Amino acid sequence: MQTNNSLSLANPHPPQLNWAQKLSLALGALGGLILLVAIAAPSDLNMQSWLWPSLGLLTASGLLYTYFTYKDKPAGIKNDGNFFSSLSHRGVVGWVLGIIITGFYVLLYYFESYLGFNENGANTGLVQMFDPLSMFLKGKAASQWFVYGVLYTVAILVMGVKFIVKYRHNKYQVLRTISVMFFQLAFAFLIPEILEGLNSDKAYFAKDMKNMWPLNYYFFEDWHLDNMLSGGGLGMFMLVLGIAMIFIISPILTYFYGKRWYCSWVCGCGGLAETAGDPFRHLSSKKLIAWKIERWMIYAVLAIIIFVTGMVLYTYFTGQAQILFLNTYTLRSAYGFWIGAAFSGVIGVGFYPILGSRVWCRFGCPMAAILGLQQRFFSRFRITTNGGQCISCGNCSTYCEMGIDVRWYAQRGQNIVRASCVGCGICSAVCPRGVLRLENGPVNEDRFGEPKPIIIGRDEVGILS
Amino acid sequence: MKILIIGNGIAGITAARHIRKNSDHEIIVISGETDHFYSRTALMYIFMGHMRFEETKPYEDWFWMKNRIQLYRAWVETVDTDQKHVILDNGKSMSYDKLIIATGSSSNYFGWPGQDLKGVQGLYNMMDLEELEKNAQHCKHAVIVGGGLIGIELGEMLHSRHIPVTFLIREDSYWNNVLPPGESAMVSKHIREHGFNLITSKNLGEIIGDERGCVTGIKIKETGEEIECDLVGITAGVHPNIEFIKSSKIDTNRGVLVNHYLETNIPDVYAIGDCAEFKEPIAGRRPIEQVWYTGRMQGEVLAQNIVGNRQPYRPGPWFNSAKFLDIEYQTYGMVMPKLKEGEESLYWEHPDGKMCVHIVYQPADKKFIGINTFGIRMRHHLFDQWLREEQSVEYVLRNLRAANFDPEFCKMYEREIIQQYNQQTGSSVYLQSKRSFSSVLSFLKK
Repeated sequence: MQTNNSLSLANPHPPQLNWAQKLSLALGALGGLILLVAIAAPSDLNMQSWLWPSLGLLTASGLLYTYFTYKDKPAGIKNDGNFFSSLSHRGVVGWVLGIIITGFYVLLYYFESYLGFNENGANTGLVQMFDPLSMFLKGKAASQWFVYGVLYTVAILVMGVKFIVKYRHNKYQVLRTISVMFFQLAFAFLIPEILEGLNSDKAYFAKDMKNMWPLNYYFFEDWHLDNMLSGGGLGMFMLVLGIAMIFIISPILTYFYGKRWYCSWVCGCGGLAETAGDPFRHLSSKKLIAWKIERWMIYAVLAIIIFVTGMVLYTYFTGQAQILFLNTYTLRSAYGFWIGAAFSGVIGVGFYPILGSRVWCRFGCPMAAILGLQQRFFSRFRITTNGGQCISCGNCSTYCEMGIDVRWYAQRGQNIVRASCVGCGICSAVCPRGVLRLENGPVNEDRFGEPKPIIIGRDEVGILS
Repeated sequence: MKILIIGNGIAGITAARHIRKNSDHEIIVISGETDHFYSRTALMYIFMGHMRFEETKPYEDWFWMKNRIQLYRAWVETVDTDQKHVILDNGKSMSYDKLIIATGSSSNYFGWPGQDLKGVQGLYNMMDLEELEKNAQHCKHAVIVGGGLIGIELGEMLHSRHIPVTFLIREDSYWNNVLPPGESAMVSKHIREHGFNLITSKNLGEIIGDERGCVTGIKIKETGEEIECDLVGITAGVHPNIEFIKSSKIDTNRGVLVNHYLETNIPDVYAIGDCAEFKEPIAGRRPIEQVWYTGRMQGEVLAQNIVGNRQPYRPGPWFNSAKFLDIEYQTYGMVMPKLKEGEESLYWEHPDGKMCVHIVYQPADKKFIGINTFGIRMRHHLFDQWLREEQSVEYVLRNLRAANFDPEFCKMYEREIIQQYNQQTGSSVYLQSKRSFSSVLSFLKK
């Protein structure tokens, strides 16, 4: 027998979809097709009246699919067939989807004119399609970022509903998902768009109120600082809030609750990963080597952004752009291109179906790196292991989107205290034996759970270490 | 010293790991089943597509070489304790200084007519899972015979592939030879809710096949009724997998006989896990313990014995867990299917029928005996401690919330449970402790 081969590869039974589920998915395909046509259509074709049909079809598709998938199933863990499905296990569907999303991100970041964005005149194509909604919210024509914001928010809302129904038996999951949906809709989308409309004479400054430095890497750039400083009350509010978030609010919250207060309850990147990315969470690598790569990469990105920001602030206060052989403008634009766009956007989301849903959060996000260091060394948060109840089945590790080998700790009866843990709570949810619990407790040696006997359940005589 | 371990399941591998932690002995693990250790309890998840085989391996493949634990893929055919070597199915022999037998279990077949037909199988090991992949491929209807933990797992597996399942059990309610009536009824209801056809109080008469030797149906013993099916899962318990030892000088009964130090009658030969049988059972426990946790604990203890820190196997308070479709189960202490003399019980069930808590105690001195909990997770550390301290039932109830291990924000029912106790006994116990981690630690620090 070839034990190294997955039995699933030989599985002749892909998950069965009934006609209602297929019909639901077909509606979504139709909605997506409209968007695609808008991208490819000739520039004189106005598709504005197709916006609502398209968004409506996409939304209806997600909701109906959710309804028909879960209506007859009792509440409980629903991971059947994840490793058989072409979509969720790097099959043809997964790869095609990955290429489509990646392609969209490439257009979005580098070729916005292909999406119909026109800086000096009327929009065409896809961006034009979103003009009416943009006019309604802020009295301005749409940009490619507005299109992106709408689609992103719709994805989090619709897939959020699916996630809630899937995990309806687990109140932590339900509340957490409502939270990310709310923060995306209100703080990342509606409020900034409306505020921008109300302050249309003001220059752009950090719109996404929950997006703090260093995730929002241009916070300290001169144009942004100037915009805020000259942005009146709102500008000053954003400046003070931004700095307070970084140095006061975030450390306090992370001390009490771990980085989950942000990464899996508030953050927009996390929001998409937790909702639309949920079908791909098991694709993250749990190998030790992946953890090693992760640590090098994420802290390297953190070091780079701190360095770049330092340079940027130097320029802001001295007016000097050149330091020895380095030009701070070149530096910041290189960071924006390679990390801000290519890594967090194109790879971060485009590669969901290949590398799992938290590639950016795990390997790149400097915000996650900072919160993670704090979580590891100075926080009340940990995942507790329930005595000797672990059966080493591997569900926790498999469904950890951050690639933490949760089982490694659980089977030793050790608590999980890891910088990367975003506190999504899925390891605890999928555990069949009730072994894992996210909790906040005193910061002391018990946090790691090591001084206690390694595995309880027998009288300790020998000291096992 | 050369230590040979037969079997790479949880008992054998735990022994190997702990011997390595505490010594530099040469360690060889032989298995014919798989190249690497995997979690047997996760077999069902491979079939259901929750994981692949890869994911069920608790250690990456490099782990073994790094820790100098040699893995050898073969079946052991005979053991020669005089020559101190074993003979393998590939004709080779392997010598040892110390031998650990950790060969687990085999499925029980009770000599039913037709039990050798194609499509009849148990579910215990990787070979069974591969067999099931074949048998399930064109299966229209499956019958599962025997209602224990493996039976319901097999049912859930087939169900995930949309195969209709008939569940034939000899008890009048699911697993009520282990579970008390309340819990058993609740799980039975849950099984039916999932669409299984649960037939109770019936035995398997015979298995019927066609001229090609394939299963076509079964016949119920009591009624003679026939049920058409093309897969028969036999899950009527397991027995120690020790056929190959019978010809040796090692004493066996149902399992390999061992003393409390896990030593057999032959010096330097030990047995642990499912295949070991205690000559004198440990007080209050069965002579053969076929549970993941006991296999692991025995592996730990034996490792200590082998590295010179000799000590008996002294399991602490009993604990176990399982999951019945969507309902999780944990137990701490001894909750018997029928109350023993001098015992009283508190059974609370949530109106939705997916949660219950069953506490057994002695009314005379109010001593807490054990708890079954379904759909509510409880803290092992606290119950382990309270059982060792022989706390009273009222102490446990007062502090029940500290033992709650459910995810944050989940609704908690300790007040309802205590209220029921007060009504039942006329006491006035009230909830004292909180669920906070500090409150938990305050118990453990004592």
